Parts: sequence; structure tokens; C-alpha cells
Amino acid sequence: MITLTINGLEVSVEEGSTLLEAAQFYGFPIPTLCHMEGLTPYGACRLCVVEIGEGPKAKLVSSCTYPAQEGLKVRTASSRVLKARKMILELLLASCPQSKVIQDLASAHQIRQQRFRQEHEDCILCGLCVRMCKEQMVAQAIGFRGRGEKRSIGTPFDIKSEQCRLCGGCIYVCPACQLRCTFTEPDKAICGGCANLSPPCVEKEPFDDMMCYMQPCVACEIKKD
Amino acid sequence: MAVVYKYQGSFMDRLESIDAFRKLQNRLAHDHDSSKPTIVIPAGTCAQASGANDLIRVTKRELLNRGLTDRIGLRITGCHGFCEAEPSVLIEPSGTFYPKVDVERMVRIVEAVAEGKVLNDLLYVDSSSSRKIEKQNDIPFFKKQVRTILARNEKVDPIRIYDYIENQGYNALVKVLKKGEPRWVVEEVKASQLRGRGGAGFPTGLKWELLANQRNGQGKYLVCNADEGDPGAYMDRSVLEGNPHSIIEGMLIGGYATGANQGVVYVRNEYPMAIKHLMIALRQCHEMGLLGKNILGTNFSFDIKLVRGAGAFVCGEETALIRSVEGKMGEPKQRPPFPVEKGIDGKPTAINNVETWANIPVIIAEGAKEFSKVGTKGSSGTKIFSLVGKIKNTGLVEVPMGISIKEIISDIGGGPVSKAKIKAVQTGGPSGGCIPADRFDLPIDYDSLTKAGSIMGSGGMIVMDENTCMVDVAKYFMNFLKDESCGKCFTCRKGIQRMYEIVEDVSKGEGTLDRLALLEELANVVKDTTMCGLGQTAPNPVLSTLRYFRDEYVEHVKNKHCPAGVCKALITYSINENCTGCTVCVKSCPENAIFGERKQPHRIEPEKCIKCGACKAVCKFEAVTVA
Repeated sequence: MITLTINGLEVSVEEGSTLLEAAQFYGFPIPTLCHMEGLTPYGACRLCVVEIGEGPKAKLVSSCTYPAQEGLKVRTASSRVLKARKMILELLLASCPQSKVIQDLASAHQIRQQRFRQEHEDCILCGLCVRMCKEQMVAQAIGFRGRGEKRSIGTPFDIKSEQCRLCGGCIYVCPACQLRCTFTEPDKAICGGCANLSPPCVEKEPFDDMMCYMQPCVACEIKKD
Repeated sequence: MAVVYKYQGSFMDRLESIDAFRKLQNRLAHDHDSSKPTIVIPAGTCAQASGANDLIRVTKRELLNRGLTDRIGLRITGCHGFCEAEPSVLIEPSGTFYPKVDVERMVRIVEAVAEGKVLNDLLYVDSSSSRKIEKQNDIPFFKKQVRTILARNEKVDPIRIYDYIENQGYNALVKVLKKGEPRWVVEEVKASQLRGRGGAGFPTGLKWELLANQRNGQGKYLVCNADEGDPGAYMDRSVLEGNPHSIIEGMLIGGYATGANQGVVYVRNEYPMAIKHLMIALRQCHEMGLLGKNILGTNFSFDIKLVRGAGAFVCGEETALIRSVEGKMGEPKQRPPFPVEKGIDGKPTAINNVETWANIPVIIAEGAKEFSKVGTKGSSGTKIFSLVGKIKNTGLVEVPMGISIKEIISDIGGGPVSKAKIKAVQTGGPSGGCIPADRFDLPIDYDSLTKAGSIMGSGGMIVMDENTCMVDVAKYFMNFLKDESCGKCFTCRKGIQRMYEIVEDVSKGEGTLDRLALLEELANVVKDTTMCGLGQTAPNPVLSTLRYFRDEYVEHVKNKHCPAGVCKALITYSINENCTGCTVCVKSCPENAIFGERKQPHRIEPEKCIKCGACKAVCKFEAVTVA
């Protein structure tokens, strides 16, 4: 067993656990988009950053990939962590405004508006589908291509892969495109419809506090065009 | 090359013992006539591009035609560092230096060497004193340098292992093999206080110690990182091209010290000559028993393979490099576990930069104490910088650590190239930052550069003057990095794109002060939250320009004005009263945007002007102005 401190609480976890596993086991919530039990940790979304170390040596690391170490001091919600997390969510919203998961996370972090030029992408390149396809379905039908802003996910040469068994695993694990705001068709939407308080799309339905609080709602704005 | 090689018969005989090596070395030294005049022509990639190949051809022809092959030697070497003077020729043993040689001049030089004369009219002219300088070592550019690594490029033909052996090559290896104590080597490197020349400055001796302490069950790897990708930096290339055996010797010593049995040299494929010379060197070493099993008859075995990188900048990062060597996509991985625990194929791996490896034989041969005398306390030895940009003497400069930026720029570099004042130096490539002119007395070592908001990096040093727009500089590096980030970490991929977006807006005059604040906030988050060194240092160009040149950003935002006259959206070209109506600019304009009668002042049509600057470049009367 390894003993470490999370948010001041001394805890022990099994050797080989990651900081995310340790924190979640002891009930400290850490948001994440690219982590899933049963798949290799990847560390792409950076949402799960936590602060480790002290003084000038303190730094942020992605808790899903960082191994628990003896005596490590971890802070899961320091101001530095929250500041970074908010900026990441803002960046996510700026690129993929239609994802319900991202909207919910943003609203839970009191983000009402993002300050960048609005883009409308779906994929956040978290790589869950790639890992699902490779590790659980043992197919390796899809993978990453390119680098930098040209990075994308797909089959080699964009030809339908013979490895693909149409299992749908990739769609199932996708945090961005699956749970997508469906605007005017609330019966099809997981969220129960857009809950913008001045709704351009649907009449209000009862909603819980994990819904879209964007002001104005970008997803709804798109539909108007 | 025209000289018939004397050892043709025994060339490439396997050396079965250390004694056999010594015998060969003594014979080479005995046969070498140091008084014989030798023409040395540097022919690295840059020299070849400026015409060194023609010089070599002419020299060979002249030597043969005049029957001088016995009296005058010819040596083709790697880069000597003085790019500004290329193609140049050095005469040994006198040390006479001829810059900017062309074919006709070369013929005269061969004649002069045969007659033992010096051609005064071809000598280097010092621009500050207008004095002619004969000897290479008296030229200010060379005088202030401490050329431990680069000077060896002059002595060695990179494709001739005998040249290297004759110049004390592989002596350090023999010293280590004779001593027979791997621990001593590690201690010696530790005592030398050598720090990694790749940029991060991790103590090399410590890295080796960590590797040596790893269990040797399945073998260990040593890697030479030659994936040099910073724009404007080419130190590693010239060492690899000019002296590949020094790298091999360094790696052999490292292998002996750490118990590693396999070496990998990771070279980017854009360095064909480095790859060629290294392949030749590796083959020679194999044939002579300096690589492979039972090196020099001892029970030490070590092999080196060459892996070519496919051109991704991020593969210079060590974890990405490891994945690339394994044949996977070049993406960084979380550390820990560090490569020294789990590297290539899960085996312990130590990765050092080309320049670090080149320093190893020097440390062993000189002794750690002697080595650490050069430089400062925290940073010992010398460092090669590639000095480029708006400076008179561009080239590779090797200086002791702790030298001030001012000394490099004004003494070695010779000051600004034009009338415009130098305002900043960018160090460390895309991951580095800009240091403003008022901090030029900063000593160059790992710690003070980091404190100033830049990094040592692999050694790029780009000089900028008043005609350089700092917003444009930040934009350039963001543009470079947004393509070269691997894209794995969301904050690096998207963060750099967004930073580029904001900086581009500023350069177009569409920025706001709020967005500048957002830029700074974002830059700090990107720095904090990415996994590898590339992402963590990527915001440095933005952060350091914002730190030292915020007024330039504000000027762009508030007054929609680019002080340096670079950002196209904010400048207009016009013609002033200096215009003589020569019509040269009219001919140069690709858009036919300049009008005017011959001998009458001309005028630029702003609507048609695409701001390419062609008219300004051709005008002899300084009549084209940018505002």
C-alpha cells in the first residue's frame, strides 16, 4: 500500500493506482472526459489535472496518468486547479458547444460564456473510441492521424475498415458527439430539451440543475440559421 | 581527396587489441607531416549550398594539373561555423583564412599556397576597424570563442576514421577500457558537472548513474537525440556532419559506464549528409572492431543503430522519441515512469543530445576537473549557439557558459546588420522566449535564462532589431507550434490554436485589451496543464513578448499601428519626395500599383497595393516609406 495525502487527508491506496483512482475512491470528485475504467489512461483532455508537490515545485499533472507515489501531496481543487479547469472547459465549449456533457460540466463550474471565437466541431480527440476499439474490441479499426490542428480520428485512408465489426463501441463511449444537444427534438434528447431560459427552440420542460445555462445558448443559436 | 591514401592496404583491418590501436595511432602520427601545407575546405550542408563543391573540384584539378599532390594536402571537413564567410578556405599550418572564395580566387589560392605566399587582397576585412586580418584565430568572430567541440571539425575529414584517430580520437575510449572501472566513468562525468545540451539541462552524470543502477536483465539503451528541429538552429547537424566519430566515441564510453549494450542515433531525415556521414562512420567502426562484439579485444560489446525520424518536431521530446523508435506514433507519454526506468521496449533508456555526447570524450580525455574549469559553477563547459537573424556575423559560435549576451552579439556577432538597433534576442527556439536589449548583460547559463523567461534550449539564438515586430514573432512561433504540437493534449492543441488566433487578430488590428488579458490567462494555463515539454514551453514566445514588449501589443490594439512596420494589415506604403522617378519600383511591383511619369515623383495606389515590400527593396533612394 502507498500512503499519500489528498486535500490534506492521509489516505492509502494500492500500489499501481493512479491519482484519479485514489481520489475517486476516497470520494473527491475530479471531472474527466477521456478516462474510462477498462481502458488505458491516456491523459488527453487534461480536465482531470490536480496539483502535486509544494512551493515552487508544485505543478499540475493529469491525475488519470500520474501514478500514486509514497508521501505525495495532492490537491484536487486548489485555486490553480480550478482556474485551469475552467479555462479548459471554456476551450471545450468554444470548440464543441453542442455536447451535453461539456455543457453540463461547464455549468457545474459556473461558466456562463466562453470568450473565444465560436467553432462547431464535434470531436474533442479524447481517444476513448480509439482505445475502446483497440483494447476492448481488439479490432484497431480506427486510430489517430496527423498532428497538431490536422489531427483527426478515422480509418486508414478513410476507407471502410475490414477490421470494423460495426459494434458501435466507439459511439457508445464518445463523450462529445453521443450526448449531443438535439435542439428542437426534446424527446430524442437525453437532456430533455434545451433549458435556455429564453428558449428559441422549445418550450420549457422540467429540468434539473445540470443543464444548459449558456446565455445565450450557442447550440440553440446554431439551429436558427 | 586527390591525395592517394597511404593506408589503403591495411585500411579497415580489424583492431584486435588496445595495443594494435596504439600502434596504428603512432604510425599515423609518425607519417603525418605537420609542416606540409594543407588546404582545408569546409563542406558542410551550408557550405555546399554556397558553393564549396566547386571549390573542391577546382582545388583537386589544380593540384593534379600542377603536380602538387605530394606537396600540398587537401582536407574536406565539416562546418567550421562562420556561415557569413562561406564558402571559406583555411590554410594549415599557417592558419590563413580566406572568406567568400569563388572559383577564380580558389585557383589563385592554390598558387599562393604552392609558393608559400599570402594573398592580401583576399583576406578577411574586419568591418569595425576596416583592418585586414590574416589568421583565422585573430578574427573577432573566432577570437572570443572557446571552440572545444567545433575546432575539431577543422582537423577531421568526417568520412575518414584515420583522421579522427590521428587527432587523439578514440583515446578517451581506450583510457576508459584500460581503466576498467565503469563507476569511475560515471563519477568523472558527474564531477564534470556537464548538463544536458538538449535544453532542459539535466545533469548528464546523474542520468548515467540512474541508468547504471538499473538492472541489466534485458539490456539497456543509450540514445543520441539528433532530432534538431528548432527554426534557425543547426548545431547538432554540423557536429554530426563534421565529426560523427566523436558521437560514436561518446556513446561507447556511455555504454561502458552504464552497462548499456545498444545505442540508437535518432536523426531527422532532413539531414541527409549527417545520415550519410554517420552511416560511413558506423561501418568503419564495425570493420575496425570499434563497434560490435568485443571492442578492441576487450569483453565490452556495444552496437549502434541509426533510426531516421520522419519529420515531426515533437519527436525531439524524449518520450515521443522513444515511441517513434519503437515504430509507433510520435506522442509524448506521462513521466513517471521515466525513460531511465522504462524506455524503448520497456527497457531502461538514457537519452542525450548530440552536443552532450560530443562533450563526453573531451571530459574523459581532459579530466573532469579541467573540463569544469570552463563555464560557471552551475553550468560547466562550452555551448554552441547558432547565431542568426539581424546580425553581421551569422554562424555557429561556441562560447563558455556564463558569457553575457552582449559579448556574443557585439564582440562575436559584430553588432547589428543595418542601422536599426538590436532590440531583442530570441533563445531556445519555439519553446524559448525573447530577451530584451536592456537585459543583454545577462550571463548565459541554464538558470539565469530560465529566470528571464526564456530557456537555453538546444542553442538557437535569433537576433531581432527595430524592424522586427514582436507580435509578428509571437505569431510566427504560434503558427509553427500549432502544426507541430502532436495534438494529444487538448490544452496544447487547442490552446496554441487559440493563442495564434488572438495574436493574429492583434496583428490585424482587431485585438482588444480584454483579449490580450485572455491571451495571457490562456498562455499560463497551457503552460500549466500540458503533459510534455513542448506544450509546457509553447506559450513562452507569447508570454515573454507580452512581458517585455507589452507596449507593442498595446500599440497594435489601441492605435492600430505596427511600430516596426511589419504587420501588413496595419501598414501603408507610400513614396516620399526622395523619388527621382527612375521607374525601378514600377517594374518591380507585381500588382501594377505604382503610377508616375519618368523623372516625376511616383505614387502608390493603396487599393491595389498588396504590401509585399518589393518596391522598398529595389528603391535606391530610400523613397519608399512604410507607416
